[in-house]
Amino acid sequence: MNDSTPHQPPRRRPGDSDRGHLEAAARTGAEPVDGSRRGADKDRADRAADSPPDGAGSLATLDESASPGLADPLQSEHFAAASVGELDSAVVALNGRLVLRRISAEVKDGEVVAVLGANGSGKSTLVRALVGLVPLREGEARLFGRPLSRFREWRRIGYVPQRTTAAAGVPATVREVITSGRLAYTGVLGRLGKSDRIAIDDALATVGLADRGRDSVAQLSGGQQQRVLIARALATRPDLLILDEPMAGVDLANQRALADTLAALHASGTTILLVLHELGPLAPLIDRAIVLRDGRVVHDGAPPPAVGHHADPDHDHLHPHAPEEPGWLR
Amino acid sequence: MAALSNFAATLHPAGIALPEFLQPAFMQRAVVAAILVGLAAPAIGTYLVQRRLALMGDGIGHVALLGVALGLLLHASPVWTAVVVAALGAIAIEVVRERGAASGDVALALLFYGGIAGGVVLIGLSDSGSSANLLSYLFGSLTTVAPGDLITIAILTLAVLAVTVGLSHALFAVCQDEEYAKVAGLPVRALNLLLAMSAAVTVTVAMRVVGVLLISALMVVPVATAQQLTRGFRATLWLSILLGVAYAVSGVAFSYYADTASGASIVLLAIAGFALVSVLTAVVRRGRTPETEIYEDEVAVGLADGQA
Repeated sequence: MNDSTPHQPPRRRPGDSDRGHLEAAARTGAEPVDGSRRGADKDRADRAADSPPDGAGSLATLDESASPGLADPLQSEHFAAASVGELDSAVVALNGRLVLRRISAEVKDGEVVAVLGANGSGKSTLVRALVGLVPLREGEARLFGRPLSRFREWRRIGYVPQRTTAAAGVPATVREVITSGRLAYTGVLGRLGKSDRIAIDDALATVGLADRGRDSVAQLSGGQQQRVLIARALATRPDLLILDEPMAGVDLANQRALADTLAALHASGTTILLVLHELGPLAPLIDRAIVLRDGRVVHDGAPPPAVGHHADPDHDHLHPHAPEEPGWLR
Repeated sequence: MAALSNFAATLHPAGIALPEFLQPAFMQRAVVAAILVGLAAPAIGTYLVQRRLALMGDGIGHVALLGVALGLLLHASPVWTAVVVAALGAIAIEVVRERGAASGDVALALLFYGGIAGGVVLIGLSDSGSSANLLSYLFGSLTTVAPGDLITIAILTLAVLAVTVGLSHALFAVCQDEEYAKVAGLPVRALNLLLAMSAAVTVTVAMRVVGVLLISALMVVPVATAQQLTRGFRATLWLSILLGVAYAVSGVAFSYYADTASGASIVLLAIAGFALVSVLTAVVRRGRTPETEIYEDEVAVGLADGQA
């Protein structure tokens, strides 16, 4: 029904196993740093034969989805869609301190939602509670309508943790890290099939690292490492992509590259939940902002406009955030 | 190749003349045990280093001594009692790590030193208690590998390799980024416990050859050496296993001729190998400075593209 509306991005129904959105993402021309797309295009051609209906749907709406950042009045209608992530009166205490104070928040199918707030406001904890990384003292978290304790379809979630580096104690190649994103399909034995390799190639291409697969992640810049972590989440071909401060420690050029990648994913129907310190280059993409202060929701609606120095989209943002924070954070 | 044919000759003693150090039966057992230890220790060590728990093997080794002492005291097989006690210790370490409590390192200290002190006291109380016996468990002794032990060690090594190689994708994901692995739906706690118990088994396997105090070195040093030469995780895993076997066999041979403790000989060889590779890679890198600059240019070009 929704798919007949021309202004809406192609949407997948829950349980739709055949996913064309990465193809669409790759074709919107959003890739930032681009080396070789040929391999990925070939794989895509292979896949197109397997999945004509969905792939065709993605292509048909390319014109509309090319500039997904523009506000689309028709999209608000779509928000009557199913809830993909939901916290209901959630209370979280960490080390004896209340971090979330009875928070209710929701992300609906197809939305791009930003969780904003100062350091210590609980915005990271909100998404961590949603995916079960921190326990709820009260309330309930639901993913795709199911309580977390009964949720099993983890392959529908792409999670990008807050991280300054993708490197660990032993070197790992970009491809090895992204391969972890397929474990939701392969199980603990991790045997990779053709579809797994295609998904990994697609994810590498989408974040513009197709020619860096064999490099050690430790050799990449901070922004590139962030893109590796995003590619790992994309390799799962998620319906809901959750990113915890993806712009932290990333230079402006890479921030824009990330924004383009996310815009393409959104255009192809992926729901996106982001924790952000400020909207930055992502501002045009955000449908809704949830602003937290001291563990409570103080705003849930249109994203707040940037003010002052931050209103300039090209402003340098190299200074530390701490001085901006009001005193009650400590 | 020479080493291979020597090993083949070990299996067929009627064949070609063996090198001197392989002629006594206890040395043949020691070399086979060394090969098994060389396989298992770096295989588990790669994961421990990756999650920055390089000294976990050391802690398990301390606890394993208590298991040895119990075996001697109860006239049971020290290998199996050590497996059980070390596994319990490893699970305790894993639980403390998972909780991430601030007092965690104090709890670990109590566990480790309680284990080794209890082991020393109990070995002293047992019939076979002697300082020579104690030293052989602490630092490894070639003569302690009994014929019956060899089969036990082989079975345990196979189990460790089945876990570390068979589950390498999942264990890599858990050690690389535990929170991501949880959200990917992996059974993270079960995998962590499996890894901890595999480390305990490896310690027990390595006890006879390397000794409980030096096991951690054979888990860590080959990995530290290999990762100077590799870019990927799997490459590091395989290269460190190769180095582990080479160090273990050559260390056992050295200890036979020099009449030194086998564990200490193996560890010194491994450290010498690490130092050699460090110097060589430093020299090679210095010679390659222009290439590094090209690489940085590529990064700069990539960023410019991203801006377009």
